[in-house]
Amino acid sequence: MRHIISVLVENKFGVLSRVSGLFSGRGYNIESISVGQTLDAKTSQMTIVTTGDDMIIEQITKQLNKLIDVIKVADLTEFDHVEREMALIKVSPKAENRAETLRLVSIFRAVVVDSSPKTYTVQVTGDEKKIEALIELLRPLGIKEIVRTGKVAISRELKS
Amino acid sequence: MKLTGAEILIESLKKEGVKHIFGYPGGVVLNIFDVLYDQKDLELILTRHEQGATHAADGYARATGKPGVVLVTSGPGATNIVTGLATAYMDSIPMVAITGQVPTMLIGNDAFQEADIVGITRPCTKYNFLVKDVNDLARTIKEAFYIASTGRPGPVLIDIPKDVTVAKAEFKYPDKVDIRSYHPTLKGNLWQIKQAAEVISKSKRPVIVAGGGVITSGAAAELKELAEMTKIPVTMTMMGLGGFPGDHKLSLGMLGMHGTYFANMSVHNSDLLIAIGMRFDDRVTGKVEGFAPGAKIIHIDIDPTSIRKNVRVDVPIVGDVKNVLKDLNKTIKESDHEQWALVRKAWLERIEDWKSEHPMSYDQGDIIKPQFVVEKIYEITKGDCIITTEVGQNQMWAAQFFKFKKPRTWISSGGLGTMGYGLPAAIGAQFAFPNKLVFDIAGDGSIQMNIQELATAVLHKLPVKVAILNNCYLGMVRQWQELFFNERYSSTCLVGTPDFCKLAEAYGAVGLRATKPSEVEPVIREAIKVKRPVFMDFVVEQFEKVYPMVPAGAAIHEMLLRPKAEEPKKKLLKAVK
Repeated sequence: MRHIISVLVENKFGVLSRVSGLFSGRGYNIESISVGQTLDAKTSQMTIVTTGDDMIIEQITKQLNKLIDVIKVADLTEFDHVEREMALIKVSPKAENRAETLRLVSIFRAVVVDSSPKTYTVQVTGDEKKIEALIELLRPLGIKEIVRTGKVAISRELKS
Repeated sequence: MKLTGAEILIESLKKEGVKHIFGYPGGVVLNIFDVLYDQKDLELILTRHEQGATHAADGYARATGKPGVVLVTSGPGATNIVTGLATAYMDSIPMVAITGQVPTMLIGNDAFQEADIVGITRPCTKYNFLVKDVNDLARTIKEAFYIASTGRPGPVLIDIPKDVTVAKAEFKYPDKVDIRSYHPTLKGNLWQIKQAAEVISKSKRPVIVAGGGVITSGAAAELKELAEMTKIPVTMTMMGLGGFPGDHKLSLGMLGMHGTYFANMSVHNSDLLIAIGMRFDDRVTGKVEGFAPGAKIIHIDIDPTSIRKNVRVDVPIVGDVKNVLKDLNKTIKESDHEQWALVRKAWLERIEDWKSEHPMSYDQGDIIKPQFVVEKIYEITKGDCIITTEVGQNQMWAAQFFKFKKPRTWISSGGLGTMGYGLPAAIGAQFAFPNKLVFDIAGDGSIQMNIQELATAVLHKLPVKVAILNNCYLGMVRQWQELFFNERYSSTCLVGTPDFCKLAEAYGAVGLRATKPSEVEPVIREAIKVKRPVFMDFVVEQFEKVYPMVPAGAAIHEMLLRPKAEEPKKKLLKAVK
């Protein structure tokens, strides 16, 4: 099963390599990883998407906790959470499809961030399903290049 | 007053109580060695190879429980310690390794003798540091010793660029450190411990499996109390030898691939395993699916990742073994444990039957059997010595036939299985205990992997005794080839081995040789008598094998046992004289 693991780490050089080395050294898979500073400049938040059975996920969280630079590990899959990803998609539609491209962009509430006589660069944010759906619809129109951020995720606060 | 980085390093080591550093000089550590030149209470032991320095520091750490310290230069000096770090890492041995680095502004420039040692050693150290600012140096050293010696211990590396050794800063050694993301769990959960006591009270066929954690946490007394109070037999992993007296009537000796018949049968037929400070290594479990099929498992370990990594666990307890055993013993004492011995009488009798069916044995004929040498060393020393080993058959025979009575008397590379470990480790142990008798039980293959350290032993007048079980083969690999590769001895016959006696003499040590069984005892006695390093060359039976043996992929009760009256099938190669 797929898990989204949120890892709070010390913001030092080499930490990313320790985390990624843990995965590669033990044969675990990283589907995506994103890293950024938190409110506190001394810490960074990593969001790691990985897959594995319960025993593997248990090992991954324990091994992450064991790393000296890791402050906190949370498997967000166990909690109510929000996840988002962004993609930049460079489309090169034939002349007759340029209008269709823009229509799709507007349906998905995406934006065009760059355009040239032959291409549009589309920026889309959302959960994975939405991004996949837009990619599938744009694909027949001619996609030149895709860049994705990987997921970021955050737990939802209790409503009351 | 301001001190240079080199001075801060040495003062910090003194604050940590370091007396011996094992190392080797080089370009970027010149400033540090210059400070060492004036030291009175801190000695640098110059080895002949950086790998030897790490194994010596490792042997020192295993003998004392205190972190071993290594100091080497950048580049090749640093890469040469990688095997030593990996050895210590696999066996959870506390060590602090200091490497010089090229000056900060040259890092990343492919400078002379530059290696990204922090990158290289990331997977084989518990933690590592690159110190870029001299103001961070003292705190970094404090943290390094703290991390290396607490929780599940391990090696920590500190990489110090040359300019940092020259730069000056105020020296203030911190009294304590607090690393917010590092707080090992030391006390076991009391509810879980109660559960464990409950499960133990209900079991009819329990076995204790003691590992290196018993030694690390100094819990031998607590383990003995538990075993004697509950009448539960104890088997040990190779790392756990010495954690429970090998001559105790509840001792089953070692389990696993070359464990005793009775240890493996007991574990296989048990209804409860109490695993203490061990990690269910594949050499212990054999085929995991077939491991102790009817047993519940209580697993006590300080490292949460060890639990449920390889086998299912019914009662996990994370904590320091000594603390947990104290609490467990207390809980059991308050129960009606006197009754339990009666329930287990049948179980202990069954184990006695296994013991008499297949005791550890060998047949001593006209040619010296390696096991005979190990037994003689045990007999003559009465077990009162420190044994280090190399890796291979020599190591297994030592583990099987020497009965270790006390912790920290058995020093051997378990997890990594590093050939060439034994001699430098013996040197380290001898430094820690100058008056103790230290033996390295070696093979003719592995002794040659760090044989240069004999010079270190001679120079420092260390009376280490190296017992070479010389069978002219890389015996363990040869054994596999004989049993599973149709006797195709590919690259395992060691032709061209030097005359070990002459070699010892060339180094200024003593060389003694035994070619007949009757010569074994006099050679050992003579070796003990001379207060110098000794190579004992025991020309042993070449085709002797380590039994029992669990073949790869088999469960641990599916052992190959010693065939009756084994005949050497092959024409013996003439031993090198």
